Amino acid sequence: MKRKHQRLILLLLAVGAVLGAVLLSMWGLRDNASFFYAPEDVARQGRPPLDKAVRVGGMVREINRLPDGVSVQFVIGDNSTHRINARYTGITPELFRVNSGVIADGHFQADGSFVANNILAKHDENYMPPELTERGLHKTDAVR
Amino acid sequence: MIAEAGLILLWLAGAMSLLQLVLGTAALWPGKGAGAVSALETGLNPLLRIVRPVAVAQGVLVALSFLFLIWLFLQTDLSVKLVAQNSHSLKPWLYKFAGAWGNHEGSMLLWVAVLAVAGAAVALFEKKLRQDTLIATLVAQAAIGLGFYAYILSVSNPFERLPLGQIPLEGNGLNPLLQDPGLAFHPPTLYLGYVGISIAFSFAVGALITRDVGPVFARAMRPWILGAWIFLTLGITAGSYWAYYELGWGGWWFWDPVENASLMPWLAATALLHSVTVLATRAGLRAWTIMLAVVAFSMSMIGTFLVRSGILTSVHSFAVDPKRGGFILALLALYIGGALLLYGLRVRHVKEGSTFEPVSREASLVINNLLLSVVLGIVFFGTLFPIVAQAFGHEVSVGAPYFNAFTGPIALFLVALMALGPMLKWRRDRLAETARRIAIPALLSAGTLVAVLVLAPDTRPLPMFGLAIAVGVGVASLAPLAGRNLRRTPLFTWGMVISHFGIAVALAGMACESAFTKETLTAAAPGQVVQVAGFSVKYNGVQPVTGPNWTAIQAEVEVRRGDGEPFLMYPEARLFPTPPQPTSEAAIRTLWNGQLYIAIGEPSDPNTQSGRRQLRLWWKPLVTLIWLGGILVAFGGFLALIGRLRRDRRGKVPALAEKPSKWEAVR
Repeated sequence: MKRKHQRLILLLLAVGAVLGAVLLSMWGLRDNASFFYAPEDVARQGRPPLDKAVRVGGMVREINRLPDGVSVQFVIGDNSTHRINARYTGITPELFRVNSGVIADGHFQADGSFVANNILAKHDENYMPPELTERGLHKTDAVR
Repeated sequence: MIAEAGLILLWLAGAMSLLQLVLGTAALWPGKGAGAVSALETGLNPLLRIVRPVAVAQGVLVALSFLFLIWLFLQTDLSVKLVAQNSHSLKPWLYKFAGAWGNHEGSMLLWVAVLAVAGAAVALFEKKLRQDTLIATLVAQAAIGLGFYAYILSVSNPFERLPLGQIPLEGNGLNPLLQDPGLAFHPPTLYLGYVGISIAFSFAVGALITRDVGPVFARAMRPWILGAWIFLTLGITAGSYWAYYELGWGGWWFWDPVENASLMPWLAATALLHSVTVLATRAGLRAWTIMLAVVAFSMSMIGTFLVRSGILTSVHSFAVDPKRGGFILALLALYIGGALLLYGLRVRHVKEGSTFEPVSREASLVINNLLLSVVLGIVFFGTLFPIVAQAFGHEVSVGAPYFNAFTGPIALFLVALMALGPMLKWRRDRLAETARRIAIPALLSAGTLVAVLVLAPDTRPLPMFGLAIAVGVGVASLAPLAGRNLRRTPLFTWGMVISHFGIAVALAGMACESAFTKETLTAAAPGQVVQVAGFSVKYNGVQPVTGPNWTAIQAEVEVRRGDGEPFLMYPEARLFPTPPQPTSEAAIRTLWNGQLYIAIGEPSDPNTQSGRRQLRLWWKPLVTLIWLGGILVAFGGFLALIGRLRRDRRGKVPALAEKPSKWEAVR
């Protein structure tokens, strides 16, 4: 095999690998990217499909610990009047408090409530997830 | 005056990088043509001889400036804005010290300090590289530095003083999640690798400028890549363990964009490390190696942008002002775009490499590179997709399901092929021979697969194949030592064997952890006994404790394995007053075959006095292998580095392989 041919083959392989990665990612992202919903979005756009993993977020308005001792029911609100009723089983992050920001990963249920399999609370005093600040929720909301 | 002195040192370092850029460019200016180069070589032009000392001076100045910042933090000088915002006089000294880089401005200063010190190291120690290529390399390194000095000095000044009236009596304190010995080790180590890989980038740019892409160049570049790669490996390993014990979720990798930001340069650097070997020993894969060197540091810069621009949700992204993100993005576009443009203009001058057969060591390394590139691409698109989507008004997140499903199988295939690569001869090998060599490891893998299928049929495919491949590859990775006099085996062969073995060890740990972890979540009343994976765990209740700058609720848990001796564990929930923030400290007990991991949560019945508290227990079999493997991988790299440097010092550089020759392996 001539050197030139070999270089051409290697070049094609490299281009193929990059294209392969692009196609695989696009395919994977279509099914696995989870969209973010604030309570207002759910009200406006309707509830996302039940089998779709999504992310909801906003301010925690209410927390009720359930009798089993390990589950919580909580209400997520935003600047609109809409609310999402959510439920989570597990140890909640330390910063999961009423009137602080929260992001939850999980699925919607047929009754419109949300079951979270993971909860993220905001990290520190200066920090607010960008998803929330853009919706006009700021640090001051947390102390309101 | 320390802050002012630090700032002046930083300005001087910036001036040095400008000088380095100008002098170096003047030396290489094409108008002077070959004359400049020969003048360089004979040392006639005094201007040129000072490029190296200038690079060294730049490194010393910025290192001093960084030490001054640490000094300010150790003193808790509250008139400095950064200290007032991020430190506290009552913090333990270790976190005052490490707190210097536990914030945006300080970490960027560390970034540029590593960049300049790495450049200084090249100026001091690089002896093999052609003179003009060395100068061009230092020019490229200075060009990168200049942009980041401009960034720090214009929008991210760590030495800024507060106006007299606004000096607080006490600082704001450091984010409690960062108050951990990990902060002293993980960021500097990671940066040494992350930013150290800039040397490979500058080498590549330098070699493109002087048209010097060949085996000698590759041999000169290899130790620098190895050095950065070792630190990158250690930094990622340390970061993973830190997240594992500090965050209290029991996970060791979260596919957080910030983790991906460190993984992407590692993938590119690993590919580069393998392709540069082909260039050094067989004079092949020239254009490809140069491209990888550019990509590796580009990934570091993209990572810096992701982490430091504040567009991501993470503990790593300190609160920042949006102007900064734009600045870093502009630098990124300039350097990556510039390097790619240069590559496009010069790549046709890069000679074609030596040929090889489809079954050969070279071919296996090509496949290694292609697969690493595909994994890199998948991680890259998954990490950037949310940011791109956000620009179009969609808020999207991409998490573990995507990354595991798409990188996992490819990574497993790659590791499986790793068993084969080192067994192949350079240039040409026979398929039948190869099959014979791989037979025993392949049988061991198949045996493991059957055993897992029979004993734990519910195991998901990824961990199942992971375990099988880990066993086979672990054995196969030792094959290069078989039949050799171990005392006369070169150190870099030992290094390769140990690194590959480390990958198998880490894979075994990952597979066992994801397949066989046992988890229990419960609300335990004092005195109650909980069972998990053969352990009986008795919850004895909580008591308050105090630390140097925190208070905590500490639970006492009595654990007994089977009929063994009981031992006590103390998971905590800490509260830091400055800044006011709770953190969870899991209790971890390491046994020979795994770790017991216990975290406590909230009181289960806050309104009554039942005393029940949330308790989460994990038994993670062989989980420690993940980080042990990471350390082995880095240690193998270290041995290889020592081996290469020793051989270079003895001058036993093998005959050049510019054209394909009959002999088989240079090693």
